[in-house]
Amino acid sequence: MSELHTMTLTGLREALAAGRVSAEAATAATLERIAAVEPTVHAFVTVTGQQALAEARALDAQGPDPARPLWGVPVAVKDVIAVKGAPTTCGSRILEHFTPCYDAFVVRRLREAGAVIVGKTNMDEFAMGSSTEKSAFGPTTNPWDPARVPGGSSGGSAAAVAAGECFGALGTDTGGSIRQPASFCGCVGLKPSYGRVSRWGCVAYGSSLDQVGPMARTVPDAALLYQAIAGFDAQDSTSVDTPVPDALAAMAARTDLAGLRIGVPREYWGQGLAPEVEAACRAALDAATAQGATLVPVDLPHTPYAVAAYYIIAMAEASSNLARFDGVRYGLRDADARELLDMYVRSRSRGFGQEVQRRIMVGTYVLSAGYYDAYYRKAAQVRRLIRQDFAAALEHCDVLCGPVSPVTAWPLGAMDADPVQMYLMDIFTISLNLAGLPGLSLPVGLGAQSGLPVGLQLLGPAFGEAELLAVAGVLERALGPLPAPGL
Amino acid sequence: MKVSPQEVARIAALARLGIDQDRLDAFAAQFNDILDYMALLGQVDTTGVEPLYSPVDGPTRLREDKAESRYSREEILASAPETDGAHFVVPKIV
Repeated sequence: MSELHTMTLTGLREALAAGRVSAEAATAATLERIAAVEPTVHAFVTVTGQQALAEARALDAQGPDPARPLWGVPVAVKDVIAVKGAPTTCGSRILEHFTPCYDAFVVRRLREAGAVIVGKTNMDEFAMGSSTEKSAFGPTTNPWDPARVPGGSSGGSAAAVAAGECFGALGTDTGGSIRQPASFCGCVGLKPSYGRVSRWGCVAYGSSLDQVGPMARTVPDAALLYQAIAGFDAQDSTSVDTPVPDALAAMAARTDLAGLRIGVPREYWGQGLAPEVEAACRAALDAATAQGATLVPVDLPHTPYAVAAYYIIAMAEASSNLARFDGVRYGLRDADARELLDMYVRSRSRGFGQEVQRRIMVGTYVLSAGYYDAYYRKAAQVRRLIRQDFAAALEHCDVLCGPVSPVTAWPLGAMDADPVQMYLMDIFTISLNLAGLPGLSLPVGLGAQSGLPVGLQLLGPAFGEAELLAVAGVLERALGPLPAPGL
Repeated sequence: MKVSPQEVARIAALARLGIDQDRLDAFAAQFNDILDYMALLGQVDTTGVEPLYSPVDGPTRLREDKAESRYSREEILASAPETDGAHFVVPKIV
């Protein structure tokens, strides 16, 4: 078998640009790798093999193009993001047969950059979950240990990247859904600032929280993908029209961490953290200080309330967003219904899985008359306090650092019985979505007990992605790469 | 404040979902676990705090209210469960 799949995106890009590898060969090698490992990993819902090969041949016919930074690079896209002509299922039976007639903004940008889309990756249904076990099409497994979850909800994208089934992928992050699976699978995942990347063409879950971002095997790879998708889109009313700084230039300019103040939030390093996670993250902080950074203790006092505020807001927005799935314009319809209301109820009850139904109902409840002030308005007030916490902390430092998840990847099925327990696993990631800030998950080693990847989270001020990538790039070089999973 | 299985059934109806009778009790229990956890927010003093509904500051940007045709009728109808070739078809309403 070709070993092309072991290259980084950056390495492949150079080989493609120099003509040492054709786009078709890169795509064929990727498809070969997918065929070899998918029976174990199940990272994809749809593999668009023939289409990808045709696109790659068309690129080869034109020749490498230096103006297209992802020319010929095979990438994957989470199945919540529309790709014209390929099914967009969101991991749900209700959208099993939905094939959009348009590309999402980010997909259009990937194509303009010359990327070849090899398939749609598996996910928790409608991005509701932290393990990718809640897909209607079966779970994805962790390439480091198939008995464990890859994290979620972008677990398919993380597993595909880690297993060498693509050179980079797009995920979405509503409460940690890029960063946590990146951490569990040993990848780099970046959740950009809210408004930095267009959500046009992405199926909405929690509209004020969702953000699309890159997942890749190295920081430079993630930066290349980020640079391709970031920027203003008039079709998304929440897209922010400010210039996108050159992250690659920022990375090239930063050779060490001299002068960098790293905030260490007390609330992220306390009880409940697995010792192996704490040890790996502390070692990464030591590496940062060895590179010239100084550590500054900071407080994020409303952290204990973030999970509750987050789930109220996310579920409320989900109940509203998912009202559009009514069996009329797209998606599953129950054929037995005799009248319209009955058709809505039957179609939705059959099409949505239990976690989705649970969240829609809790969302409906917290928005209902009499409870709106007690839940939704209260959560939105706490959300402002959480944002103020970050603003206050960032007055004393340039970036914040903490673990991505309190634990490494857990066994499949371990969280099934207790939804609240699974929600609590997002404690370190969700505050950031409430505040709209960027966050990056960097692999910093393997847990001493589990042997599984541990991720360190770097958080920064709004629209500070370039600095996060630059800092992560220095740390990545200092720590060295993880070994490849033994798949 | 406990949510009863009957209340869950009422919420389900509002959300256009049908929960089987035998699953109502389990759903109500999970519902209460989630709401009990959310009650944690009651500990936070939010007097005078303006709610934050979106991280994007400033007014919503609006586009001009102008109709445009981006996709063909066939493309839009292609993913519908039932059409007559020109329209979406739904069960009889009146």
